[in-house]
Amino acid sequence: MDVFLNLPVLVQVALKGLAVICVMFPIAGACSMAERKVSAWIQSRPGPNRTILPVFRWVPVVGPFLQKLGAFQLAADGLKFLFKEEIVPGQVNRLYFILAPVIAMIPALSTVTFVPFGASIDHAGRVFPLMLANVDVGLLAVFAVASLGIYSIILAGWASNSKYPFLGAMRASAQLVSYELSLTLSVLPVFLWINAPGTAGTMSLAKAVEFQSQAGFWGGAWFIITMPVSALVFIIALFAETNRQPFDMPESESDLVGGFHTEYGAFKWALFFVAEYSNMIVGSGVFVLLFLGGWNPIPWVSLATLAGWLGIAGHPVLVGAISILIFIGKILAMLFFFMWVRWTVPRFRYDQVMEIGWKKLLPLAIANLVVYAIGIALIQK
Amino acid sequence: MAVVPLQRKPLTFAERTYLPQIAAGLWTTLRHLVKPAETLQYPEQRPAIPPGYRGAPTLVRDPNGREKCVSCQLCEFVCPPKAIRISPGAVPEGSGRDHVEKGPLAFDIDMLRCIYCGLCEEVCPEEAIFLQNQYSMSGVTRAEMVNHKDKLLEMGGTLPDRHFKWDRKKAAEEAGGAHH
Repeated sequence: MDVFLNLPVLVQVALKGLAVICVMFPIAGACSMAERKVSAWIQSRPGPNRTILPVFRWVPVVGPFLQKLGAFQLAADGLKFLFKEEIVPGQVNRLYFILAPVIAMIPALSTVTFVPFGASIDHAGRVFPLMLANVDVGLLAVFAVASLGIYSIILAGWASNSKYPFLGAMRASAQLVSYELSLTLSVLPVFLWINAPGTAGTMSLAKAVEFQSQAGFWGGAWFIITMPVSALVFIIALFAETNRQPFDMPESESDLVGGFHTEYGAFKWALFFVAEYSNMIVGSGVFVLLFLGGWNPIPWVSLATLAGWLGIAGHPVLVGAISILIFIGKILAMLFFFMWVRWTVPRFRYDQVMEIGWKKLLPLAIANLVVYAIGIALIQK
Repeated sequence: MAVVPLQRKPLTFAERTYLPQIAAGLWTTLRHLVKPAETLQYPEQRPAIPPGYRGAPTLVRDPNGREKCVSCQLCEFVCPPKAIRISPGAVPEGSGRDHVEKGPLAFDIDMLRCIYCGLCEEVCPEEAIFLQNQYSMSGVTRAEMVNHKDKLLEMGGTLPDRHFKWDRKKAAEEAGGAHH
């Protein structure tokens, strides 16, 4: 660890960035596979289980297991997207048509920099977060950059010069604007509580986790226990923001063919999907950090306590690895929840989406904020 | 009919939030998630064919090894899509079966035309043609999809015979019976 900390800052940053990309890309890719497998299992099907590389066919136990799991289907799909003919329809605006999937990737991958993905304990016993950019605006930056994602959808819908993509883009912009309000309002109580009078103000996600790892009953309770309504509003708005069922208005294939990506194919289409999964991962990450205790294993047991129990408190690398594992495990559980809900709740109608957003979720978020603001003012005065 | 007005209770608050229903739905999908898959892994596992299944039509032999078709051409005439074509001929002298008098020289069923209706099986007075269990047929040319007589007999195999009609007729003839 000391060797790493003594490296020049630029090298440190480059190494961290590489590590994050090396984790993000496989997860985002594996998500598409997991999506197909979870869908299949929920529908009592086995899912993709035929693809296998000839080399692995002769590996006794591992080969058939990976084949049944569909691990090679992932590579086959990726290669298919890579080698397919890139068709650009004649009626589109070429520049913006090609630009749209590229723009989709920018917020999807740059929001990761603000999300802490683990923590470690240095030799002095202080907990420090592992993240690319430990800035105080943390969550604000995530929201700001993530909402840029809508531009790619609008651009794709408009540049396609075709009615279904255009309708999809219109729906997407309306939906994202509606739910962003509730999303932001729902996390305000969390930061009202963290930023008690007299302390340095922060919007840092790492601080939110730190707040959930204090000693005592109220200190160790995750925010999902102390603020269940906030968590509920946040998760519903998150489903809408990531365009997941039951809020997948922009691409509802039953009424819009494919929505904003109707005219896309091959790798440009794949980019949209990688962006969607990256958004899901970052969104789940933010939910885990804010409401599910981040890298703390279970409520009322913080990472430091766990390290003490395991006797590895003096090994920053080990603690860091365990915290990352816990955090990624929670994110994977959240991603599974996304897929699980997809096959449970049918898609809302467009007017229902608007009604839920404006008439139900927004008043609930505002009421929740007012109640908690009064409560916190009384407690912390 | 009397009109029965239905009492529709207004939704409770819990129902209007949808959340209990969504939780119940999640529980249902979770049970399906852990349930074993219903899928039949087709080429390795084959479906169980129920009795009375109408697969490809075949020609059968009786337990004595005699091909039962007497080339009456009823199946050819009844076949709605005209998939069957029979060239009738005499049973060769001295084959031991010449008392049957007639048999098909050629018997072709075009499986690209066959609609598996089973009328040929139903109409056959000799119980010589049966729709059996073969359901998977493939070929790369149209000619390949026409089943000729030897193929039909091979697919049909031997089925038990309750009547031995022609043997009894021959026996009656030899005994000088009235009806032969």
